[in-house]
Amino acid sequence: MTSSSAEQEIAAAQDDRLLGSGALSRLLVRPEMGAFFGAAAIWLYFAIVAGDRGFLNLGGTASYLEVSAQLGILAVAVALLMIGGEFDLSIGSVIGAAGMILALLTVNYGWNIWPAVLVAVIASLAIGFLNGLLVVRTGLPSFIITLATLFIIRGLTIAITRLVTGRTQLGGMRDAAGYDLAQTLFASEIRIRGAGFSVSILWWMGLTIIATWVLLRTRFGNWIFGVGGNEQAARNLGVPVMRVKVTLFMLTALAASLVAVIQVIGSTGADVLRGQQQEFYAIIAVVIGGTLLTGGYGSAIGAALGALIFGMVRQGIVYAGVDADWFQVFLGGMLLIAVLINRFVRNRAMESRR
Amino acid sequence: MTRNIRCLLFACLLIASSGLGLTSSAIAQDGEDLRFIVVSHGQASDPFWSVVQRGADAAATDLGVTVEYQAPTTYNMVEMSQLIDAAVASQPDGLVVSIPDGEALSPAIEAAVAAGIPVISMNSGSDVAADLGVMVHVGQTEYEAGFGGGQRMAEAGVTNAICLNQEVGNAGLEARCAGFTDAMSEAGGTVEVLVVDLNNPTEAQQRIEAAITASDDVNGILALGPTGSLPALMAIEAAGKTGDVQIATFDLSPEVLTAIQDGTMLFAIDQQQFMQGYLPIVLLKLYVTNANSIANPILMTGPGFVTSENVDQVIDLTAEGTR
Repeated sequence: MTSSSAEQEIAAAQDDRLLGSGALSRLLVRPEMGAFFGAAAIWLYFAIVAGDRGFLNLGGTASYLEVSAQLGILAVAVALLMIGGEFDLSIGSVIGAAGMILALLTVNYGWNIWPAVLVAVIASLAIGFLNGLLVVRTGLPSFIITLATLFIIRGLTIAITRLVTGRTQLGGMRDAAGYDLAQTLFASEIRIRGAGFSVSILWWMGLTIIATWVLLRTRFGNWIFGVGGNEQAARNLGVPVMRVKVTLFMLTALAASLVAVIQVIGSTGADVLRGQQQEFYAIIAVVIGGTLLTGGYGSAIGAALGALIFGMVRQGIVYAGVDADWFQVFLGGMLLIAVLINRFVRNRAMESRR
Repeated sequence: MTRNIRCLLFACLLIASSGLGLTSSAIAQDGEDLRFIVVSHGQASDPFWSVVQRGADAAATDLGVTVEYQAPTTYNMVEMSQLIDAAVASQPDGLVVSIPDGEALSPAIEAAVAAGIPVISMNSGSDVAADLGVMVHVGQTEYEAGFGGGQRMAEAGVTNAICLNQEVGNAGLEARCAGFTDAMSEAGGTVEVLVVDLNNPTEAQQRIEAAITASDDVNGILALGPTGSLPALMAIEAAGKTGDVQIATFDLSPEVLTAIQDGTMLFAIDQQQFMQGYLPIVLLKLYVTNANSIANPILMTGPGFVTSENVDQVIDLTAEGTR
């Protein structure tokens, strides 16, 4: 828990509508509480089942935190967007596209890494802008618009890469100018007693803190809740609904391009299929984190915890010695349980308010 | 209220543990100490990789060791390298990996080697395996497989052949054509590479038909996969050249096996992926328990050939999921 949400707790305690309800139910009304208990339960579970097989040691912890971090960077941005009442299914394709732009420019055209990163980020922001513009201008569900861009961007990535290089896989980033600094910033490992913790974990934590601060402490954060809760009412109150939504789409695309950069630098290459299914994993993490699909309610910390749960399950399966065949069963089951817990917790919290 | 939540959490833990518990206890029953992990890039839902997994599982049963099979949910090199990291952190007695992208997977594989875990690669990665410190690669090398196919075709009397490439730019497929060409040249024949787009099978068939009717010299086609062999079979039939133009293909499919049974197809080059699952486990066990290792850098599981002579047996084995 960050200090800002703790302060919110105090602020909530002073709210007279909550007078008379217990401290625990006030805590439970926070959207991320379900995910918090969920993460604790999942950790405990794998600690018991697979604790002697690497899950508890530093190497094991580093391994699931890296998976969580890459998903978490996405999930935090997606959480803001979903609180704002929209979906973005195109982020997986944006990861593929941004990564390929970076690899093409450096490997094929011999660019320095940094201008190539800049172009990849700008291209991603443009995609996000386009997604947002299409959604607010047409009034069509973002689910459909971004489903269309999911295919368009993935298709373009494959087609253009094959056209330019004749291949679907590009490697050799290590020789690109500027690689060393980029590697330190995006893909280095922090050694703690022999175990390498990915620097992406810091990006994940930093973004979670910033997103939480924006949501709970800034006017823009209020606008996000307002736009997602009741768009018409927000508009009547003078909230620039279109601007908020377009900005949120650009933020998810930005997060996707950051993940792309981390992955491409880390694996020193790109292929056209990178990022597939990440859009669904991100939504799963956000929903596990207690954000409502209907918008207007949710939390960035919850999304980060959702990503943590995802990472522990993904890697925990390996430690527990269960065949990969079962992973998707677990993932789906986890999602279902998370949604049920969230609903249960929220209903109880609402009841206690009356 | 808190009691209720606790009940709910407990219930979900219980459900989760019963799911895991079943599988882990099934594994524990083997009662052996040795534990090997296979991380491949192919999902068990893919018919090809399902056979690989059957191979690894069969080896586990036969040798009394534990084998765990992991693969990313889609073709994803980042996820795959993270799975290798997790496998290494769980300290297995040995690791088997496929290496479709040497560059993306090299940090994870090198870390496994550095951690003192014996690593064997299979299926893909014959070109990078040794550099990464992998003990041995178990699989089919593309050039040699194409070469073997060329020798067989020349034996069958083919002098002027077409190498049917459905994926320009795929280095593996180009190596197959190169091996095929070299073997045919050695026997005094010629090979022409024909590029087709399989996203449009009708057009592909037309192009093949045009190629074999344009010149009466062409008397053989080697398809680089079952998907390419089907339009080629239809083109030969449409051109009325069944029997005049011989056809063979890489890899097996039900249609390919039927065609071999009918006698319309000469042979199929089989990389026998069951062994790519089975043999690494055998080698790892021998290495760990008996300090044995293979002297060759590559242990070739292919090219094996399915012809009219053994096709009936292979069809039976396909039904059992081991071919």
